[in-house]
Amino acid sequence: MVNLLLEYSRYLMLLIMILYTILNLYALRSLDPAWQNRICRKQMWLTFLLQFLGYGIIYLKTEELEMLQFYTIQVVVFFVYYMLFGLIYRHGSRALISNTIMLVTIGIMEQTRLDVSYAQKQFFYVCIGFVLTLLIPVVIRYMHVLAKWAWFYGILGIALLAVVWRTGNTTLGAQLSISLGPITLQPSEFIKITFVFFTASMLQKSTSFKNVVVTTIVAAIHVLILVASTDLGSALVYFVSYVFMLFVATHQPLYLAAGFGSGGVVGILAYRLFTHVQTRVKMWQDPFYDYSGGSYQIAQCMFAISTGGWLGLGFYQGIPTTIPLARNDAVFAAIWEEFGGIFCICLILTYLGFVLQMIWVSTWMNEMFYKLVGFGLAVLFGFQVFLHVGGVTKMIPMTGITLPLISYGGSSVLSTMIIIGIIQGLHLMKEKEVRELDAERRHEEQRHYEEQQRRREEQRRDEERRQYEERQRRNREDARRSRAGSEPERRTGRRSSEYVEEDGFEIIERGNGSSKKTRQ
Amino acid sequence: MARRRKRASEEKLKLRRTNREIMAVCTVVTILFIGILGYMAYFLYNDADTYRNNSYNSKRQTLLEDKYTRGEIQASDGTTLAVTEVDDDGNETRTYPFGRIFAHVVGYTVNGVAGLESQAASYLLESHTNPLLRILDALQGNKSVGDTVTTTLNVTLQEVAYEALGDNDGAIVVLEPSTGKVLAMVSKPDFDPNTLAEDWDSLVSDDNTDANLVNRATQGLYTPGSTFKLLTVLEYIREYPNSWENFEFTCTGSYTVDGYTIKCSHSAVHGTQTLEEAFANSCNGAFAYLGQMLSFSSFYDLCESVGFNQTWSGGVPATASSFVLDNNNSLWDILQTSIGQGETTVTPIFNAMIAAAVCNDGVMMTPYLISSVTSQYGDKVESFTPTEYLTIMTEEEAEILQGMMELVVSDGTGDDAAGDGYTAAGKTGSAEVSSDAETNAWFIGYATSDSNPDKQIAVSVIVEGGGSGGSVAAPIAKKIFEAYFN
Repeated sequence: MVNLLLEYSRYLMLLIMILYTILNLYALRSLDPAWQNRICRKQMWLTFLLQFLGYGIIYLKTEELEMLQFYTIQVVVFFVYYMLFGLIYRHGSRALISNTIMLVTIGIMEQTRLDVSYAQKQFFYVCIGFVLTLLIPVVIRYMHVLAKWAWFYGILGIALLAVVWRTGNTTLGAQLSISLGPITLQPSEFIKITFVFFTASMLQKSTSFKNVVVTTIVAAIHVLILVASTDLGSALVYFVSYVFMLFVATHQPLYLAAGFGSGGVVGILAYRLFTHVQTRVKMWQDPFYDYSGGSYQIAQCMFAISTGGWLGLGFYQGIPTTIPLARNDAVFAAIWEEFGGIFCICLILTYLGFVLQMIWVSTWMNEMFYKLVGFGLAVLFGFQVFLHVGGVTKMIPMTGITLPLISYGGSSVLSTMIIIGIIQGLHLMKEKEVRELDAERRHEEQRHYEEQQRRREEQRRDEERRQYEERQRRNREDARRSRAGSEPERRTGRRSSEYVEEDGFEIIERGNGSSKKTRQ
Repeated sequence: MARRRKRASEEKLKLRRTNREIMAVCTVVTILFIGILGYMAYFLYNDADTYRNNSYNSKRQTLLEDKYTRGEIQASDGTTLAVTEVDDDGNETRTYPFGRIFAHVVGYTVNGVAGLESQAASYLLESHTNPLLRILDALQGNKSVGDTVTTTLNVTLQEVAYEALGDNDGAIVVLEPSTGKVLAMVSKPDFDPNTLAEDWDSLVSDDNTDANLVNRATQGLYTPGSTFKLLTVLEYIREYPNSWENFEFTCTGSYTVDGYTIKCSHSAVHGTQTLEEAFANSCNGAFAYLGQMLSFSSFYDLCESVGFNQTWSGGVPATASSFVLDNNNSLWDILQTSIGQGETTVTPIFNAMIAAAVCNDGVMMTPYLISSVTSQYGDKVESFTPTEYLTIMTEEEAEILQGMMELVVSDGTGDDAAGDGYTAAGKTGSAEVSSDAETNAWFIGYATSDSNPDKQIAVSVIVEGGGSGGSVAAPIAKKIFEAYFN
């Protein structure tokens, strides 16, 4: 019986995800906020249904009451957050919110499945993240001085990255985190945001060659420190978003070519110089190159996704815990094993919708700084998803990077939430812009309408005056004739359809008076 | 005022141009994501099977047992070798109609998985019927039935080989030389796969030293004895291409050099021998003498080039045969290795592959057992074609060795393999394992039908402690040849 239930929910979950994705793409059809809100409400229902099924399965498998409590708290928090956001920011992006909640839901569900204690920590970070997304939009919307702190961002970024590089904890051969008392921070997750702010702020000032060179040097220092700490994934993400931002700010395809050209050269150099880069490439070419050692992880990923196939083994019916780092660097493979390839394709389309939404907001910005910030963060986010998914599926060498909102990790979740908050802030500016444009248009229409009214009125008045004068003239003529003593002559030559009232008689004449009707 | 307005409009123009670049990058991002989707679909369509089948992935393969009823394993003619029977309560029993006869090659699924049950697990535990039907099945709580795997095995040959080995320990492998198809594979001592669950404890207990569960045909490493002289001859021909035909040695029953003595089997005195005669009579003295003329570094290269010290990918998995001598060997090592004693070891299947390669004009085929996979309802899912593994010698060299091996059967130690309806060629071996035990009896060779020159099979027979290869192993080969050609 339980097995049958599991089997049903397996297909039902797939169906929910497909519907959700279709709605997501459908929402892009019209930019009307009311339309988008309606769709997002439907998406929220689907999210809650998916979560219900997921925790139902978790409960059936574990039979621990704790799971149901955890589930209930989540439902309440997600629901309250959704309502609260709608209340505070009537003009915020609902599509962004429903996507955020969906991804976070899938993330915590998967973390619960892997290890519930980590899921609870993750949920705690998500809650802090929710609060941040409620606060940050206001900061972005009203603190225009943020655009002017270029050097603050640059120096802060380099200083923090350098501290991590020199003194950081070494995990898996890379210096990624520092410990501050009980908490462990992964600063590169946050510095990527100040990095985008730095670049945007510098390039808005001027895109002269000199300024571009200075900016590039500072950016390159960021990237090189990351390479030195062997955090290759982050280095790539920083690099790509910088090159694209430079291209957008300068309109100069040459910078794009030069950026990727030099990136290629550095890549080849890194391959020649560092053995750990060579190992990554080797493991990518042959996942069994060092099965009992370094390539165990990628081999397990391959096993997980190939066994999962299109439909997946069913939630809680696989063994994703055998994948090393399943909760962060390889979470996509863990999801694929149990939810299947179709589900994962939908997941990637959801991410794509997310990124497109972010980029779309940036095209509305009226100031170069905000445009670049929105755009840079979107590229950052999108490329990170690409590196994670590509690495885990062996499309590209594995770089060891988290999947935003799904992978376990406080720094990762919080930095992504900050990015979402910033984009929401931009969205509010955009909405203001839209409203202003709307008001202007409405004003214009009003003026146009009034003008038309006035003209019509004038025309009517002219006509009336003309008719009045005509009548006056005729009356005067009649008076003259009657004064001359003769009966008023019947006027001839009128057009067939004309009729004239005379002293209660209606005379209709057709042709040249060939037929006549008279009525009392 | 006008200037300010102009500047504002320029600013707007610049931002609009910026949007053009943003849209270009937007397109790039979209293409990247679509690229991932394309790759994922390609991976699932093209590569997923290979990874799922990987032997390291056994943990997940067993998970699939909950979703699928194991498919059937069939012989080449469609005879059922293994099938899962489901009773009315949904209880599954895996039954093996031939019991012990196919025990090792078909394998088992109790306390682990072995043989074809393991090798073909990904096919047996996946269904290629209509996906919608499968979903319907699943929703009704029924398991889908896995695909059917058709093997290359020949029931008659397997039965004959099984009977011919009798109560002896050992192994027999029968191959089709031109394709590498495994026609029969027997290993003894064996076990009954139908009662394995009950027998398991006694089979794996410390008191049982028979190693019944090991498939000796693919995992047993044996001293090749005189069957290895095939390669010694090949090396000699390569090193002395112009003078090998002038080789001559006078055998007095034993050969002594520097205090080491090599004896011929049963101290037989062969008299003056050419290379062919020494090979046909398996004269140890002649080969010990000849071995001292060889360059062992080049002999090592030859052995590696015919497939020692490595395993093949695909096909039937087997342990690597081993050849260790290189440079700086003691005289004793050289004398021993030349006659197939010493540290050299081979698996029965690899020895069969060498004989098959001589028969196939020097081309060694990858041995394989799975010929096709069909869905439960008989729709074709996948079929396998022969693949070349190595070219171990030229056609001319193969021709020389073919002549010598025919002489072994017509006039030499292997005459017991000769029979009606076919022409056989081969090499016997009586490999010493320890000084006080009976030797292991070997015969490797092949036979061609007299009526159809394209109909050929190669065999490798080893009887542990059987004694002389010529009198014990060759007659077994004869029974197999007769069963196949008549």
